[in-house]
Amino acid sequence: MSETSFVRKEILTSQAPPLSEIGIVGWMRENLFSNWFNTLLTILSTVSVYLVLAESIPWIFQSSWTATSLNECRENIAREYGEGVHGACWAVIRERYLQMLFGFYPSELYWRPILAFVLMLAALSPILFPSLPRTLLLFSAIYPFAGYWLLWGGSIWGPTSIVAGVAVGFFGMQFVRYRVAMIGVLALSIYFFFRLSGYLQIALPLGIEPIESAKMGGFLLSVTIGTTGIVLSLPIGIILALGRTSNLLIVKAICVGFIEFIRGVPLITLLFVASTLLNLFMPPGTNFDLILRVVIMVTMFASAYMAEVIRGGLAALPRGQYEAADALGLDYWKSIRLIIMPQALKISIPGIVSTFIGLFKDTTLVSIIGLLDPLGLTTSIRADSDWNGIVWELYGFVAMVFFIFCFAMSRYSMYLERKLETGNH
Amino acid sequence: MNSTAKVDALVSGSKSKTGEVAIMIKDMNKWFGSFHALRDINLKVYAGERIVICGPSGSGKSTLIRCINRLEVHQKGTIVVEGTELTSDLKNIDKIRSEVGMCFQHFNLFPHLTTLENCMLAPVWVRRVPKKEARDTAMHFLEKVKIPEQAMKYPGQLSGGQQQRVAIARSLCMRPRIMLFDEPTSALDPEMIKEVLDTMIELAEDGMTMLCVTHEMGFARKVADRVIFMDEGQIVEQNEPEEFFSNPKSDRTQLFLSQILGH
Repeated sequence: MSETSFVRKEILTSQAPPLSEIGIVGWMRENLFSNWFNTLLTILSTVSVYLVLAESIPWIFQSSWTATSLNECRENIAREYGEGVHGACWAVIRERYLQMLFGFYPSELYWRPILAFVLMLAALSPILFPSLPRTLLLFSAIYPFAGYWLLWGGSIWGPTSIVAGVAVGFFGMQFVRYRVAMIGVLALSIYFFFRLSGYLQIALPLGIEPIESAKMGGFLLSVTIGTTGIVLSLPIGIILALGRTSNLLIVKAICVGFIEFIRGVPLITLLFVASTLLNLFMPPGTNFDLILRVVIMVTMFASAYMAEVIRGGLAALPRGQYEAADALGLDYWKSIRLIIMPQALKISIPGIVSTFIGLFKDTTLVSIIGLLDPLGLTTSIRADSDWNGIVWELYGFVAMVFFIFCFAMSRYSMYLERKLETGNH
Repeated sequence: MNSTAKVDALVSGSKSKTGEVAIMIKDMNKWFGSFHALRDINLKVYAGERIVICGPSGSGKSTLIRCINRLEVHQKGTIVVEGTELTSDLKNIDKIRSEVGMCFQHFNLFPHLTTLENCMLAPVWVRRVPKKEARDTAMHFLEKVKIPEQAMKYPGQLSGGQQQRVAIARSLCMRPRIMLFDEPTSALDPEMIKEVLDTMIELAEDGMTMLCVTHEMGFARKVADRVIFMDEGQIVEQNEPEEFFSNPKSDRTQLFLSQILGH
């Protein structure tokens, strides 16, 4: 019989893999002990994890929750766990956690930031989870005004009149044909209602107690700056990225200039500009809220990075996608909205979420210009003679809260990536 | 280069002609930078005509059909499609693009949309067809290309041949008067080429005006009214398929045919 001629008589059925390759044993063989070097690494890692936990777990649990000063803490721990035991003094968190959360917000009004936070989660949910009914987006659109009003208080007519102005403006836009006229109608309507709000307040004074920005601090401040920055930086970043990839020379030059300038300057510099320089450019007498100024700077900073992340997504799309959209007769904005952006954003999700997380953590830099964010408060608590000398507990608490927010964002991005997976291509 | 009179004579001998001119290209030139990609192209395509364009790679055949829906911009000469001249006027371009369907070598389906959504997108957003009607049209054409059962799948879950048929259905949903094919079978496994060619043959039998850039000479022989051979950015020879294959006139065509048919 010839060696080169062969005909298969029956097709082989598939069989289970050998037992040593599956299950916990197989997994360990492959991932922990595949050769002597990996075995060594596994042992070394186990030892170092053990050493860290052996020190930190007793410190965390052999602790004192009830005390009014660091010395009292130490006495409590010595009494309970014996002399020389190093334990955490969680009492400082117990005593100061409200301040860490709300800054110097009046305690009888804590319900306002709490309500604002809960409503914020409700407003974000239809954006984060597309399976929820789309009509909820209307609430998301109103929330920025409601949230602002709840936090800062004051006349109800200011925010409501802007909402009314936008609503009436959009309604009025149906009756004009040209884009310029549409924007005109919208602006006019907002302006009219804005002026109207002053008279309404005189005619019918309705409102809640105003709270000035200086009283806000702690995680309230971080979440406010962080969320506003995150929500605004994505659309601005998209527009900048489109501008940078556009063929229109002047638009492109402006976008490139903006992105390169902002990325070339440290955020702290921008924050100093916000806190000191910006007022010089304002007409005398205007009091431009410091938190608002900081939010603008943080947003601009994050937008520049966002633009570059999204530009990466745009560059990763095959040219064929643009061509197919063009060949079907879609105009520029439709092809961007329906074809290009959904795919570019999906590619950029890891980068976008990294920028979000970076922005949220960068909000702690505002302590440098005197705003009392969690880190700023930590410094002031440590300056208190009762708690002088406490370090790990406060920073540990701040780190833990930041970790919860950032980890949630990270998990959400992974969920979104899995959800948008539509098969390889 | 053939004169227009010669082409007219050629076309009048073919089976489908209403005398209506679908595409008129006159003295068209195209450069990529300083590279002269298309040189003095003259071409008249009648409604219902099926034209196969072949030639070595880099000869400008893809560029030629991409100029017809202005995926590429020509610098000299005129292109008139269905009575509308291609200029830089965006309204004209979008109008022509919605009348001219195009299939690409790499399908270019939208991977984030299902097959059905791919087919519905342009009718809904460009033609402003109601969703229900667009869905019916999409299903009609998916049935025509014989994959209605894949309507809810994403392009990434389909085979290459199926993807190309979806791409054809997507173009047909715009009810185009002209279809351009840019090497529709070049990226396919041999087993899948037939299913795509069958779809294209069926389309030709329905009387669609078609311009195909392809190396499938069997297809050209079977359905083309005219075969155009291009080299170095010029139309070197055009003829009825029978005559083109059995009796090529120019040396360049003979060499090309001997190379692609010789193995």
